[in-house]
Amino acid sequence: MSQPQSKSNRKLITMLLFGAVGMFGFGFALVPLYDVLCDTLGINGKTQSTASVYKPVTVDKNRTVTIEFVSQVQSDMPWEFKPQMNSMQVHPGELIRTHFVAKNLSANHIVGQAIPSVSPGQGAAYFNKTECFCFNQQVLAATATADLPLIFYVDPELPDSITTLTLSYTLYNITDKSYAGSVEQGAAR
Amino acid sequence: MSTITQDTPAAHDDHHDDHHGAPKGIMRWILTTNHKDIGTLYLWFSFIMFLTGGAMAMVIRAELFQPGLQLVEPNFFNQMTTVHGLVMVFGAVMPAFTGLANWLIPMMIGAPDMALPRMNNWSFWILPFAFTILLSSLFMEGGGPNFGWTFYAPLSTTYSPDSTALFVFSVHIMGISSIMGAINVVVTIVNMRAPGMTWMKLPLFVWTWLITAFLLIAVMPVLAGAVTMVLTDKYFATSFFDAAGGGDPVMFQHIFWFFGHPEVYIMILPSFGIISAIVPAFSRKPLFGYASMVYATASIAVLSFLVWAHHMFTTGMPVFAELFFMYCTMLIAVPTGVKVFNWVATMWRGSISFETPMLFAVAFIILFTIGGFSGLMLAITPADFQYHDTYFVVAHFHYVLVTGAIFSIMAAAYYWLPKWTGNMYSESLGRWHFWCSVISVNVLFFPMHFLGLAGMPRRIPDYAIQFADVNQIVSIGGFAFGLSQLIFLAVVIKCIRGGEKAPAKPWEGAEGLEWTIPSPAPYHSFTTPPEVK
Repeated sequence: MSQPQSKSNRKLITMLLFGAVGMFGFGFALVPLYDVLCDTLGINGKTQSTASVYKPVTVDKNRTVTIEFVSQVQSDMPWEFKPQMNSMQVHPGELIRTHFVAKNLSANHIVGQAIPSVSPGQGAAYFNKTECFCFNQQVLAATATADLPLIFYVDPELPDSITTLTLSYTLYNITDKSYAGSVEQGAAR
Repeated sequence: MSTITQDTPAAHDDHHDDHHGAPKGIMRWILTTNHKDIGTLYLWFSFIMFLTGGAMAMVIRAELFQPGLQLVEPNFFNQMTTVHGLVMVFGAVMPAFTGLANWLIPMMIGAPDMALPRMNNWSFWILPFAFTILLSSLFMEGGGPNFGWTFYAPLSTTYSPDSTALFVFSVHIMGISSIMGAINVVVTIVNMRAPGMTWMKLPLFVWTWLITAFLLIAVMPVLAGAVTMVLTDKYFATSFFDAAGGGDPVMFQHIFWFFGHPEVYIMILPSFGIISAIVPAFSRKPLFGYASMVYATASIAVLSFLVWAHHMFTTGMPVFAELFFMYCTMLIAVPTGVKVFNWVATMWRGSISFETPMLFAVAFIILFTIGGFSGLMLAITPADFQYHDTYFVVAHFHYVLVTGAIFSIMAAAYYWLPKWTGNMYSESLGRWHFWCSVISVNVLFFPMHFLGLAGMPRRIPDYAIQFADVNQIVSIGGFAFGLSQLIFLAVVIKCIRGGEKAPAKPWEGAEGLEWTIPSPAPYHSFTTPPEVK
């Protein structure tokens, strides 16, 4: 093998290795990229994860949107978790207060995390929550019950084609993963 | 890495001492840096894995011979479908192509060896360890991987067996092996072509492998990333795919199929190169449309990055995205159609003879096209909701992988065996192998289309009784196909041990530098580069 060839070999190998390492990084870059794309394109039914500020807008009294609430509990989690009411009629722009009821059926304190999702996915960007129990972990002592508050309004810009928004919460047991799960029961509500 | 290319005086001496043959004993195979030895190792390894994965397929077909649970536990059945897929994809098809690349690329471009011989040794020898790790997990408490070869989260994270870490590490090792092999191929093709071997004179097998190597370098690291995320999600409390921690299980599918779709082209592009060598040889005509073949291969490779979500039509994507991925997928039929057209046009008015390699090549063209058409059916978004996760999908990808990739590997083995061993294989046994295979493989896979259309889901150990008759036929085809491969083993062993001596160019119409050197190919070939006109 001649000297210039081994030099150009080395150059090519370096480039290809950088390519491979770069693609390994790209695999992980797909994670934030996925969230950003879902966010900007308003797909995937994800709602914002922090509270939005209510901008006093004119309430569109002529239009009514049906809001449905759905709740699910991870199969092996000993909680009861239900919306206060299953559906309601709201006017876009109106600030609405409701709550979900959670009950810990077990003899241990348990930390829960609710994950929201809005269907149809295109409507998620117009569903604004100024307060939601899903922004925080929820801790319930053994057999305790709690009302979990939700305050929201529907953006009047909501496309006319959408007349119903379904808000679904899935509740997960994150006791093992959370800080709150590892502290004494006294910290529990 | 840099030391590998270092030209030490000792290595220099070795290189030019082309009169010695192969060293003797087991150490020859462990220490070898010879591209022919490593090619042989890859091919044997691939064949062993083919039989291993095939044995698992036999377990699957035996269990599905009748409705109800007969032979194995459902959990073990799931391990069989999972490991069968992993072994066939990463253990049989990919190493077979790498083995062919090792044997053939240097001889086809007039190079003395691969560019990075010591890395070549490594990229082979880590593979047996990867598969030992993977297969040993089957015997552990809790069992081996049972979440499907696609290891969708949360099946592979929340609900997977304790041995999942071993699965992850074995995939890491397979990935490293593939990436090293791919780098070697690229460097060899770019830097070691004989004088006068310009880009548009390269044999198509070399072209298709070059493009495959770039695909490998682009997507195997993404697979490594995906398994790493599964590993940390399962063992280190991260939440890439866990909704409770802010992750998203659907994202797993996006990352996996971003690797997975180019991966299916990794497993078929070298086949295109093989068929493009064999069809002209036995038609005694040059290949029709060489340049269009090169461009078609390149455009298939580019398009393969834009179609991944057609595996995910039922995950609730926006309609716009479904249409985008549907049209991109259908677009791939255009360059693929160009290829099929060119092969048929090559045969048109050729003086064709049907030796075993040509039989496999013609069967490839017909049966791979059937697999391509069922792929088009699956690409139609609204129809896919019906076909998704049924036996129709199983039929589709076995047509493109078994009668596609595997048949092309068989064709390649028959075509180049005389060059590798110096002996002609037994033509009559070869024909037996072909006819047994081609009949049984269609009995095996064609009725699966009907099972799928009738609604039988894939990856289940039990099924509703209305599927019983067809499943019985499928299983019989499966056992016959499995047994037929033993004929192939017999042919290869017989050919290695003796037979009619092969001339340098045993096929009248064959073209290419590999036929200018004697059969069997000497241990060191093209130590002085040939002049290509």
